[in-house]
Amino acid sequence: MSGNVKTVLPSAPLARVAGAPVDLPTRRTRKRKRWQSLVWVVPGLVALILFVYYPLVLNFRYSLETSNIFTGQQRFVGLSNYTKLFKDPIFFKALLNNCLYAAISIVFQVFFALVLASVIENLRSNRFRAILRSIYFIPSAISLTVTGLLFSFIYQPQGGLLNGILDAVGLADLQQAWLGNPGTAMLGIITMSQWQGFGYSTLLFAVAIQRIPRELYEASALDGIGPIRQIFTITIPLVREMTGLMMIVTISGAFQVFNEVMVTTGGGPDNSTQVLGTLLYQSGFIKNDFGYAAAIATVIFVITLVLALIQVRYTSKRRVS
Amino acid sequence: MTVTLTRATPRPRATPADFARILGKLVLAGFLLGLVIIVVYPLLWMAISSLKSNAEVLSSPFSWPKSLDFGSYGRAFEQGVGSYLLNSVLVTVISVVLTTLLSAWAAFGLTRITIPFSNIILMVIVGGLMLAPTVALIPLVRLLQSWGLYDTQWALILLYTAFRIPFTTFLIRSYMIDLPEDVDEAAVIDGARHHQIFWRITLPMCTPIIISAVILQILFAWNEFLFALVFIGDDNLKTLPVGLATLSSRAVTDFPAVFAGMTIAAIPMILLFFLGQKYFVRGLSEGVGK
Repeated sequence: MSGNVKTVLPSAPLARVAGAPVDLPTRRTRKRKRWQSLVWVVPGLVALILFVYYPLVLNFRYSLETSNIFTGQQRFVGLSNYTKLFKDPIFFKALLNNCLYAAISIVFQVFFALVLASVIENLRSNRFRAILRSIYFIPSAISLTVTGLLFSFIYQPQGGLLNGILDAVGLADLQQAWLGNPGTAMLGIITMSQWQGFGYSTLLFAVAIQRIPRELYEASALDGIGPIRQIFTITIPLVREMTGLMMIVTISGAFQVFNEVMVTTGGGPDNSTQVLGTLLYQSGFIKNDFGYAAAIATVIFVITLVLALIQVRYTSKRRVS
Repeated sequence: MTVTLTRATPRPRATPADFARILGKLVLAGFLLGLVIIVVYPLLWMAISSLKSNAEVLSSPFSWPKSLDFGSYGRAFEQGVGSYLLNSVLVTVISVVLTTLLSAWAAFGLTRITIPFSNIILMVIVGGLMLAPTVALIPLVRLLQSWGLYDTQWALILLYTAFRIPFTTFLIRSYMIDLPEDVDEAAVIDGARHHQIFWRITLPMCTPIIISAVILQILFAWNEFLFALVFIGDDNLKTLPVGLATLSSRAVTDFPAVFAGMTIAAIPMILLFFLGQKYFVRGLSEGVGK
């Protein structure tokens, strides 16, 4: 059959000239065929509905119940999980940490990455550009667990890399148990995330910068505008859409943080690194309070959905313009 | 840095402006190189530490190991990394095949043939992109228990597939939509059925984007942590990310083995990135931008 199909290729334009429906069955068989064609999308749809949409809907119901994973008993309690949530200082602590995460990530994974990508794409050597982009990306390819464990070792008071470096440069006074101290633990984890994530956004910005027509740079160079001013007058304005998108993606990611905290501190010490994800996990699987965990999940849902809708509007607006 | 803006003067002797420009370039090179060190050094430190003795890890973080001791890799394997590795490979391979197939089918149905309600179906599939996996976590515990999938590898395989169908379909669809249609039409005239068109024409034409989709799915499944943590309890079924976390909490007296396990988990993905970089970049930039 494959040979058959291949031999037909040259006659392709004929079909276009004809412009008519290519098969001519009766209306009824065509209708049945149309329904049969759903078979292409049904497996994917079923998987999505069973494992993504149905649990999502159930989550709202669970958030209105008290329930226990082991006894399996469920009781409708209205909005009491939510009122409990909004009176819980740890919830606000977690929310604040997510916001801090988002703010610092925007600085490094959006603004810093954008400037870095512009600088890299300004380099004359093609090879250097490619090498730098790839090296900076490496941390994004390895798992958050590996990064988390690696930084646990780096931050360790005994034999840790950071304290060792501080000692070597004569700042031994600053040495401490970075993740064991409530004052530094959250910043330590966020710093680790920047290490892991800046290369990813740098790479994406670099791709966007490559799409800018070279003539713009050549023309402005003729006007005597130097490479650094070009970054601010040409590059950054022309990748504005990408910047907006990266901001939304980064904020959304910051509200879904889980793995990096779980592997390093698990939310401690003294809830100082608690984020929504770890609070949900602890409520659900350590305290077995499924209703409360479901209420936290709803908060995450609302935040990420709003961001996603902004992103959709953003991209569709861009497409129109 | 603004000094570099001053034009070079035609005089042959080096002027202060020349010096400033050279200095600016040196600062820039130093900055880029410093960033390279910040990225690479911790990773090298991880690999080097896996070759040290436990005492060396604790006492001298900067030193080279006195003797290269690959024994930590053997100990890591004995302590479970071997089985974590196998489980990761298994879950990754099956979920990659399922995700790519289901997504390519859906993309084909949505772009190359006419199906009823295609707009609604497209919205349902791509709408899944907006949902954070965390949100489904709690109900999934009960559902997977009642379906008998809890604490089986199928839980991870099916979840990794389902949660990645929106992105993968989106990716493949945006590629399929740009393929020329006359080839399909010619094949239909020739009596080819849809499945023949899919397997013999459309899918081969989509090879580049399929490779992108496969690479990104490998990266996702290999590194996923949340579902793997919640839905697998049996240590023999754990995948690398959760297994490594377990190992590090258990092996408090054998740090080199933990470093060895981390290196084993990291190297395949770094290799994958360097080998498939072109496809990687295409997939990532399609995913975020369009």
